[in-house]
Amino acid sequence: MTNAPTRQSFSAALAERGPQYPEVVVLDADLSKSTKSELFRKVCPDRFFQMGICEQNMIGAAAGLAMSGKTAFCFSFACFVAGRFETIKISVAYGGANVKIIGTHAGVGVGADGYSQMSLEDIALMRSLPAMRVYQPADDIEAAALCEHLCRTPGPAYVRLTRQNVPTIHADGYVFRDGELDELRSGTDLALFGTGATSAECLKAADRLGDSQGLSVAVVNVPSIKPIDVDGIASWAKRVPLIVTVEDHNVLAGMGSAVAEVLAEVGGARLLRHGVHDAFGESGSAAELYRKHRLDADGIAEVAVAARTR
Amino acid sequence: MDSEQHDSGQGGDPTSLPSLCTQLRIDILEMIHAAGSGHPGGSLSAIDVIATLYECQLTHNPHEPDWPDRDRFILSKGHGAPALYAVLAHRGYFPRARLSSLRTFGSELQGHPVVGTVAGVEACTGSLGQGLSIAQGVALAARLDGRDVRAYCMLGDGELQEGQVWEAALSAAAYGLDGLVAILDLNGGQLDGHTADILPLGDVAAKWTSFGWGVRSIDGHDHAQILDALRWAKGRDGMPKVIIANTVKGKGVPFMEDQVAWHGAAPTDEQLEQALAALRGEGAP
Repeated sequence: MTNAPTRQSFSAALAERGPQYPEVVVLDADLSKSTKSELFRKVCPDRFFQMGICEQNMIGAAAGLAMSGKTAFCFSFACFVAGRFETIKISVAYGGANVKIIGTHAGVGVGADGYSQMSLEDIALMRSLPAMRVYQPADDIEAAALCEHLCRTPGPAYVRLTRQNVPTIHADGYVFRDGELDELRSGTDLALFGTGATSAECLKAADRLGDSQGLSVAVVNVPSIKPIDVDGIASWAKRVPLIVTVEDHNVLAGMGSAVAEVLAEVGGARLLRHGVHDAFGESGSAAELYRKHRLDADGIAEVAVAARTR
Repeated sequence: MDSEQHDSGQGGDPTSLPSLCTQLRIDILEMIHAAGSGHPGGSLSAIDVIATLYECQLTHNPHEPDWPDRDRFILSKGHGAPALYAVLAHRGYFPRARLSSLRTFGSELQGHPVVGTVAGVEACTGSLGQGLSIAQGVALAARLDGRDVRAYCMLGDGELQEGQVWEAALSAAAYGLDGLVAILDLNGGQLDGHTADILPLGDVAAKWTSFGWGVRSIDGHDHAQILDALRWAKGRDGMPKVIIANTVKGKGVPFMEDQVAWHGAAPTDEQLEQALAALRGEGAP
């Protein structure tokens, strides 16, 4: 089992695919050593564009490249790139440009750099745009599978990646299915829905809830936040009485909200949205911040138990 | 030196431009009048340059609008859409009869340009400041693919107040993108007033020069000067080019000229008649 940041895994997968997909181009805004897009530059230097600290121009240039037949991957920290919302809205989403916006350093998992380098709002922003698809892989295997999918699938997309290490939770041969939930473990008492870094924490939390409380806890990974799996959520709403969504993002308009929107219409299970509760981030280690926000396994288990008895 | 070998695919006649532009100005005013809203000032200031480009310089094919080797024109000042639509209809991208549907429900002619709705529109614009970046991407792709494609982008002078324009200016020069041509419609006006009063732009030519661009300043209503500048801008010398077109907002309609009130207002029936009379008089031989 590897333990790697998804920014590393995704970028390595893209670099590996560079020669195979000649229409792929990569742009970065002076963060290629951090986003790891430098891995692509080393393999395909002529198709890598260093854009300097000009995220808006990077997004627009990516749109122009896309409109000329390229598949343009645009890298920066999630906060810096998703923050250029108006440019993404018009140049990319409205134009239907084949631009993949890759936001690394998502959530409080950024750690010591503090809130200005964190994005707790990017899912909310990106899922509000028509035509924009929103993905968050949970580990190295899913990051690579998603990368392959995006190389083959035209249209605007946003991908959210971690700065911090996440453990491998998928087996080799995992197939990414766009718009579908990814069931990691079955269970009957409640279901934990994770996305990105929280999926592995949900698995550990499920173990603890089984060991300490004797609960049968399902774990569902949500790599595809938009499109969201309406049928899959409706099915889970019949299988368990309680769903707890867990995300390293503001609970407002994130993955949990996407699930809530479906549940409000299909009925069934009760929902608790767990994540960063409309708060700013701060400095600290990723582990300390996950503890504070109860996004680690112990915290998720506590939240789930409290939710059952509410 | 290479101005002739990159001649337009359509081979337009420069001597027809004055009368053509009069007709296009009439089209613009009739469209905006029919719509009951729109931006006459900046459409009338831009029309001579856009018409000259499409008639005499742009390598394009209205019958194959997605031809990969076409030059691109991106109207970054998207509120000038009536001028672009009038020229595209004239060139045969869509029937002229469609012009009267501007801004109406269900029309392809959206209030600001939308790629994919109308053949010949290359980008979504209207949110100012974005077009030059897109044009830069087009020029980068052309160079990567070894295509002799030019990316033209028209900017408004008020639009230069958007920071993204200067990001693109810095970047295009760093990449030495001589396939990129910016055209500045320097009409001196913006919605709230004259640019000099809202946010002065200073020495625009000096700014672009200092950013590493080749700069030529012209009378943006003189077709010979426009054509000469467009030919100059095709030079493959490792620099992006900007043509500073000194224009008059509302050009051709005396009561609109340099009146910022006509930035975004439709003429009444009477005003339209008055404007058309002025244009027809001016356009007579």
